[in-house]
Amino acid sequence: MAQDVLTRVPASASAGAGAPRRRSRGHWTAWAFCAPIVIYLIAFYAYPLYRNLDLSLRDYTVRSFVRGDAPFSGLDNYREVFADPAFGPAFLHTVVFTFVSIAFQFAIGLALAVFFAQSFRLSATLRALFLVPWLLPLIVSASTWAWMLNSDSGIVNAFLGFFGVEPVNWLTSPDWALTSVIIANVWIGIPFNLVVLYSGLQAIPAEVYEAAALDGATGWQRFWRITFPLLRPVSAITLLLGLVYTLKVFDLIWIMTKGGPADASTTFATWSYRFSFGSLLPEFGPGAAVGNLLIIMALFFGLLYIRFQRRLNQ
Amino acid sequence: MRMRQHLKTGLGLILTAIMLFPVYWMLNVSFTKDTNMRADPPHLFPYDGTLEGYRAVIDQQLPYLGTSLIVGLGTVLLTLVLSAPAGFALAKLRPKGGGALSFVLLIAQMIPGIIMAMGFYAIYLRLGVLNTVPGLILADSTIAVPFGVLIFTAFMSGIPDELINAAMIDGATTWRTFVSVILPVSRNAIVTVSLFAFLWAWSDFVFATTLDGGGDAQPITLGIYHYIGNNNQQWNAIMATAVIASIPATLLLILAQRYVAAGVTAGAVKD
Repeated sequence: MAQDVLTRVPASASAGAGAPRRRSRGHWTAWAFCAPIVIYLIAFYAYPLYRNLDLSLRDYTVRSFVRGDAPFSGLDNYREVFADPAFGPAFLHTVVFTFVSIAFQFAIGLALAVFFAQSFRLSATLRALFLVPWLLPLIVSASTWAWMLNSDSGIVNAFLGFFGVEPVNWLTSPDWALTSVIIANVWIGIPFNLVVLYSGLQAIPAEVYEAAALDGATGWQRFWRITFPLLRPVSAITLLLGLVYTLKVFDLIWIMTKGGPADASTTFATWSYRFSFGSLLPEFGPGAAVGNLLIIMALFFGLLYIRFQRRLNQ
Repeated sequence: MRMRQHLKTGLGLILTAIMLFPVYWMLNVSFTKDTNMRADPPHLFPYDGTLEGYRAVIDQQLPYLGTSLIVGLGTVLLTLVLSAPAGFALAKLRPKGGGALSFVLLIAQMIPGIIMAMGFYAIYLRLGVLNTVPGLILADSTIAVPFGVLIFTAFMSGIPDELINAAMIDGATTWRTFVSVILPVSRNAIVTVSLFAFLWAWSDFVFATTLDGGGDAQPITLGIYHYIGNNNQQWNAIMATAVIASIPATLLLILAQRYVAAGVTAGAVKD
């Protein structure tokens, strides 16, 4: 079944396109089956998003938030956010966090996928074990990493000290906080990249490699001339989906550093949360405004992903 | 040749050990005595260990675990009820506008949870369902429902049309066909969706902290979070709670490995 869903998807999609249109008698029945999900999407996706947009366009105080009579303030919240001295750093951290995480996750995931694609004893079992970090609740991974990176008693500093490296204040120094959350995030993201790229490798026909072997290609040549180009569509999908997922990482950063120290690891996600929930005097307007900027970034890569996906299936 | 096989297995074992080191460290710390916690260098094995951390879990964290279990099961139920019929319709009945619906679901998956949480907060405050279990179940289901529909659609597309036509010729209504023909053969998809819905609800922190941070019924993710916040000296208790909170993920991997891999990839390679 593991492979079933995968192999079946493209097959069924093409069958669907070629099959004659089903009778329209079922049109209303079909929508009756979809009715719950449509109502659900409107009530629990569209409406919260609308509320969020509304929040970002009004001047809320705690009292008017409860009563719901905040005055309309246009784009004031957005202006306030853009003018905030924290905007530049938060934007930069979001970009660095996302792209550096993705680069390492992808490179390590691809190397592991190529390694595990060779058949050797235990390869399937070990590959399954690699999924563990992805399945653990984020709070578990985040708190474990927080303790491992503890300045005084963490195992990481103890290990580095063994090689004579001075203790690093991973989570409490502004120079290292962003690096620390990136390290933890790479660890969490490797399994996803490994599994998706591995399934992409499986789809490359063995004959291609056999032909290359006959022509005397070395392992390195095989990777750069065959594997890498043939894996390009799956790679694009993995990267874009990774971008969408990484942009919205909030739990990990909030649990490890709360975006600190001194905003050194604040991204849009944690910044937005801190506006709305991080203090006793919530600022819902700017919080929602930052959130909406984040949605725009996510949707940009999301739509690119969908375009690639469509092209791949054609 | 034989030698190279062994070398590869050896390398694989080493890589896996490195990757899983944080998990081992969590276990190790959960058994470490408070007095040894700050030892320099840290103890690599929990010799002279303690079960104090786990005792603290049993004393303090059971209600949190109970809440998480209820929230997880509730989310599974809600997700299945919403996504299975929709998946069937999109795969087999193919209504006009079905493509648009699939598109909306794909987009829905990409909206950051933290933003959904803000919208939910504004709505829940007005409705008075903040800090309630049903409120949290509803919010958590938004993580799993789009994924559920996509999995069901992909899976049910593979069910032969003859099976449906045969049932229809026998006079079964579409609903009957769905319930007594389609659902029984879709067991694998149901398992996959249920597993992920449960796991995501169990692991959720974003919705829990925004929508359920103040009530009596809080999930285990908040249990751990409060621990970190309050007594950040008792790391054996924190890590013991983390170990217990990881049990569902571990069980899932052992019992349903193939479904897990399917779910991960389906998230990326589906249409």
